[in-house]
Amino acid sequence: MKILVAVKRVVDYNVRVRVRADGSGVETANVKFSMNPFDEIAVEEAVRLKESGTATEIVAVSIGPAQAQETLRAALAIGADRAVLIQTDEAVEPLAVAKLLAAVAGRENPGLAILGKQAIDDDSNQTGQMLAALLGWPQGTFASKLAIENGRAVVTREIDGGLETVSLACPAVVTTDLRLNTPRYASLPNIMKAKKKPLEVLAPADLGVDITPRLVTLKVEEPPKRQAGVRVSDVGQLVDKLKHEAKVI
Amino acid sequence: MAVLVLAEHDNTTLAPATRHTVTAAVQLASGPVHVLVAGLAAAAVADSAARVAGVEKVLLADAAAYEHGLAEPLAELIVSLAENYDAILAAATTFGKNVLPRVAALIDVAQVSDVIAIVSADTFVRPIYAGNALATVQSKDKRKVLTIRGTAFAAAGEGGTAVIEKIAAAADPARSQFVGHEVTRSQRPDLTAARVVVSGGRGLGSKENFQMMETLADALGAAVGASRAAVDAGYAPNDAQVGQTGKIVAPELYIAIGISGAIQHLAGMKDSKVIVAINKDEDAPIFQIADYSLVGDLFVELPKLCALLADR
Ligand SMILES: Cc1cc2nc3c(=O)[nH]c(=O)nc-3n(C[C@H](O)[C@H](O)[C@H](O)COP(=O)(O)OP(=O)(O)OC[C@H]3O[C@@H](n4cnc5c(N)ncnc54)[C@H](O)[C@@H]3O)c2cc1C
Ligand SMILES: Nc1ncnc2c1ncn2[C@@H]1O[C@H](COP(=O)(O)O)[C@@H](O)[C@H]1O
Repeated sequence: MKILVAVKRVVDYNVRVRVRADGSGVETANVKFSMNPFDEIAVEEAVRLKESGTATEIVAVSIGPAQAQETLRAALAIGADRAVLIQTDEAVEPLAVAKLLAAVAGRENPGLAILGKQAIDDDSNQTGQMLAALLGWPQGTFASKLAIENGRAVVTREIDGGLETVSLACPAVVTTDLRLNTPRYASLPNIMKAKKKPLEVLAPADLGVDITPRLVTLKVEEPPKRQAGVRVSDVGQLVDKLKHEAKVI
Repeated sequence: MAVLVLAEHDNTTLAPATRHTVTAAVQLASGPVHVLVAGLAAAAVADSAARVAGVEKVLLADAAAYEHGLAEPLAELIVSLAENYDAILAAATTFGKNVLPRVAALIDVAQVSDVIAIVSADTFVRPIYAGNALATVQSKDKRKVLTIRGTAFAAAGEGGTAVIEKIAAAADPARSQFVGHEVTRSQRPDLTAARVVVSGGRGLGSKENFQMMETLADALGAAVGASRAAVDAGYAPNDAQVGQTGKIVAPELYIAIGISGAIQHLAGMKDSKVIVAINKDEDAPIFQIADYSLVGDLFVELPKLCALLADR
């Protein structure tokens, strides 16, 4: 079975993002970018399926600027076999990303597509579900466990009330939650090997997809700041303040 | 404009999150607000939904395919109704997040996730970058598809007298099957609805020690939350995770114990009314947003706090 994994280049999760003074967005000049953490988990899961003999080939796909090649090389270093960059400098919304990924799926015919549950920049949590819809495939979102059994994907999902298990006819879309696995660090030899793996670059138009945004960002602001609080000396003082000052207990 | 709200339920009880979504729907609507209850033998849910203030009509689709809230059949059903509505809303819970983007893609709409304010019929505010920025976005799509963050809208009360209309099921794609679930059983209030939340982090050190959080919760009638690190280490179940990628809470009182205060955690609780933090590291970032900070060893302070609260 061939597996498609989607990897997004995002501002690293350790960066303290700042809103631009003109309200046009957040500051992205001179900040560190990395692979979206949920997508690292997606690549790792695909590599494990290949190591266990279930998957035959892993194709990593990214939509973004030329620098997203680095993100794809990182996926190749973890163990993906080939990469496809759909290059654009425009901001691409989840719906358009899903359409591009669906077009790639149409060419590649994978048995499974693995995405992150959420990109930590836009926090949309949409793309995997949308991809499944466009392809008419079933979806297993927020996965903390995945097994391929008799041509079906058995997915344990992290839901608000606990855990749920669903069984999906392949081809299917799976989106990763944090506890699906712990991604490996790429070894130096694998980083070197990744440089020689095939990386195809396409334009959105090559896939016949219109990526015109449907949402206009009117402004981006800082959230209201919380006032600095006080330090209490002991639990006695704490309880007293919660009772008489804050009046919450 | 007419608005459809997708109800969340377990075939018996209407989830509180739906009431918050109805409030957003009423704000948005210039026409009727309808609630869709899709389930199996879910008439009691439809009855509750009909009594929610602001709801004009409840659509009840009763069929085996809807018993477990699977996204694939549900999305087909909602799509079959979509042309009657200008907006389709669901709560930004794991249920709503699973189903609604599937609907949005099928009707070719860019969804707006996690809406925290409705500016006008086409303009919404939503957090991005773990809540470090708030984006105001205008949708150019004819129909709006939105998930609603419950902490930003009050729960709609009782007092509705909606009619209940039975509707036919849509075709079931039948590519997915429910296998089973492990529901976290707890006598405690729901995390997202609780007046008080006490959360523990990696500082608790073990699953056994994490029991101290239960003692604290008992004393306060609180729900128990956790940081990602505490969940990853197995101290607490996955559905206790508070944060950017877990649950969003905004209780009257939030007590963080042995939690450093990473931005991903703050994203889930910084809108709480009063925040208390206990941490042995005086530079822990959680103290920058806490109203009351106690620097100390939790193994010393927590038992004292529990004792004080117990004989209040
Ligand atoms: C993609 C992504 C998503 C994430 N999503 C979330 C999320 O939704 N929610 C979330 O919480 N995190 C999330 N995280 C993880 C987050 O970045 C932090 O790693 C996590 O919140 C840390 O948990 P912690 O504060 O319990 O642990 P630590 O950061 O290890 O902090 C433990 C704290 O306990 C204190 N401590 C230790 N011993 C004692 C003692 N005896 N007495 C008092 N204090 C003590 C220490 O001083 C320290 O401050 C995410 C990370 C990523 C990359
Ligand atoms: N530009 C992109 N390139 C590749 N994958 C993406 C892109 N945007 C989103 N994805 C995938 O979709 C997932 C969810 O993203 P989102 O719906 O934006 O929260 C991510 O974890 C990625 O796997």
